[in-house]
Amino acid sequence: MKRDSVVSRRSPGGGLIHPPHDVEQVARILERWVSTPGSLLPILHDIQAAMGHVPPGAVGQIARALNQSRAEVHGVISFYHDFRRSPAGLHVLKVCQAESCQAVGSRALTAGIERLLGCKLGETTADGAVTLEAVYCLGNCACSPALMLDGRLHGLVTEAKAERLIATARKGA
Amino acid sequence: MSVTVCVPRDSAALSLGADEVATAIALEAAKRGVAIRLVRTSSRGMFWLEPLVEVQSAAGRVGYGPVDASEVPALFAAGFLQGGAHTSALGPVEAIPWLARQERLTFARAGITDPLSIADYEAHGGLRGLKRALSMAPSDVVEEVFASGLRGRGGAAFPTGIKWRTVAAARAPRKYVAVNADEGDSGTYSDRMIMEGDPFVLLEGMAIAGHATGASHGYIYVRSEYPFAVAALNAALAVLREAGWYGPNIQGSGFSFDAEVRVGAGAYICGEETSMLESIEGRRGVIRYKPPLPAIKGLFGMPTVVNNVVSLASVPVILDKGAQAYADFGLGRSRGTLPIQLAGNVRRAGLVEKAFGVTLRELIEDFGGGTRSGRPVRAVPVGGPLGAYFDASLLDLPLDYEALAEHKGMVGHGGIVVFDDTVDMAEQARYAMEFCAIESCGKCTPCRVGSIRGRELIERIVRGENPQANHAQLLKLCDVMENTSLCALGGMAPYPVISALRYFPGDFGLEQSKEPSCVV
Repeated sequence: MKRDSVVSRRSPGGGLIHPPHDVEQVARILERWVSTPGSLLPILHDIQAAMGHVPPGAVGQIARALNQSRAEVHGVISFYHDFRRSPAGLHVLKVCQAESCQAVGSRALTAGIERLLGCKLGETTADGAVTLEAVYCLGNCACSPALMLDGRLHGLVTEAKAERLIATARKGA
Repeated sequence: MSVTVCVPRDSAALSLGADEVATAIALEAAKRGVAIRLVRTSSRGMFWLEPLVEVQSAAGRVGYGPVDASEVPALFAAGFLQGGAHTSALGPVEAIPWLARQERLTFARAGITDPLSIADYEAHGGLRGLKRALSMAPSDVVEEVFASGLRGRGGAAFPTGIKWRTVAAARAPRKYVAVNADEGDSGTYSDRMIMEGDPFVLLEGMAIAGHATGASHGYIYVRSEYPFAVAALNAALAVLREAGWYGPNIQGSGFSFDAEVRVGAGAYICGEETSMLESIEGRRGVIRYKPPLPAIKGLFGMPTVVNNVVSLASVPVILDKGAQAYADFGLGRSRGTLPIQLAGNVRRAGLVEKAFGVTLRELIEDFGGGTRSGRPVRAVPVGGPLGAYFDASLLDLPLDYEALAEHKGMVGHGGIVVFDDTVDMAEQARYAMEFCAIESCGKCTPCRVGSIRGRELIERIVRGENPQANHAQLLKLCDVMENTSLCALGGMAPYPVISALRYFPGDFGLEQSKEPSCVV
């Protein structure tokens, strides 16, 4: 997917024009949750699971359904590290940056992965294949250093092991 | 008769290839025409032996580990189903000293049962606590928990019984039980192990809390980094509902209780109880002023029991064996057992449940076997990113709430991370401030701005820019953050910084004797 196709633009009049999103799909998710108290996080998780990110155009739709302001919904999306406002790469690689992993070389491991992918934490490879992210603890501290690739947890990770995992993921898709 | 073979499905075991090992065992058994019963259990918590394969024998379970999937044919050839010799053979698992020397109450079933088998759960003492609680008056249940001396295992160490009394005494149309499963401290994984490996014990503890305090609905707020725990809890909830232990009129007792799982979204601050409540209500995880306490005015404005996973998971055994049996463990005002998690640069990392009072040295040297790198231990942060770094001279400190507090540290959630002598403590101190800046909710200035200024001051000291003045300024800033932040994030983020400065001044280019005398 071309990344600029999902970026909001300014109209000549100054208003924001959002790229189109699947209104029906968002409506179905809202339908499922709208009567549950405090359902904004589950709604955002479901939208992101279905669409890969929370499309900016959906903010108004969510706000109307929950009888909240767009600012409130936007504020929640921007507060939490998990929610994306644009799609990630095909694969998401989260490398733990917290103390337990630091104690067994996660800084060097991260630097090695950054070199391998040619991008920094928080960035996506030029071919759009892998998004590299920092994560602060995966709860795998007895088997540090740890990383998570597309929701799968790996422990005792070396640079060689990370390289193998990334190569396998790239081949698979 | 077919032999029972157990392979863990704990996510740490999976991260080392437990699924591949289980598949290889099933394939090899089929190829050889051997009938086996393959059970996916929880983990014993001996992670240096994972993937750990256990075979049921007349003399109990015998272990093989760590096993790589490629070794499985060789294990069959060595006759491991009959306990045959192999380089990975460990003998009877429960005789392994690392495990035999523990006092497992909360983690009694770890590595033994299938996490989602209610028959397994009941066969190993499950549901006895809830049955007894339902036969008691709610106020007696509260007093039993109070008498056990149980204090919150999430980090704040507040007496659980007092919290429950407050909620029980509150008058309100609805009350809630909210479980804090936002286990964000690095070096901790005991909540994760409970949720993945023994989810029924947490749900049983919640139901007991509901009965004791008059709450009928629970929320479990699980961090999004724990997808396996979310799946296990949802599956366990379905099993308990089906069996009549959750839902309306539990086992004909007239008491109704149900719960739902809520998933966080990558915000460390949501482990702070009021921030977690905001998040469950669907808002930014910005902390609330206290008072009012959540026990008076919590979730959706109603009285709410907010407890950590391990606290609630310790309640069933207290109700089952009685308050005194639990309080007989431990010392002083730290009663019962603490699930300690060994992490970082340590040879035998894993979960050690011991009575309070065990020393850091016993944990790191006897259980942990020293560093994985073989180099000397230099620094040990206890209690996560808000806990102090201890240097090697303090390893004889007993793990108890008051002893660590005397050294400006905390037990926290029981995580111990080991660093060897290659660590740069100035960088660790800088990281502590940086982490606070990334995760601050932004509500109060000492935390939001102080953490950034703190990071900058450390960077200046390290660069050698006016180090004495910047050191004094940093200590002053730490004092302000500690005393004026609204919650523990800003209030305790200075702990690792102050301890790093005190024990490792050389790493900052400072000399020990020149510590400014004006502060703290």
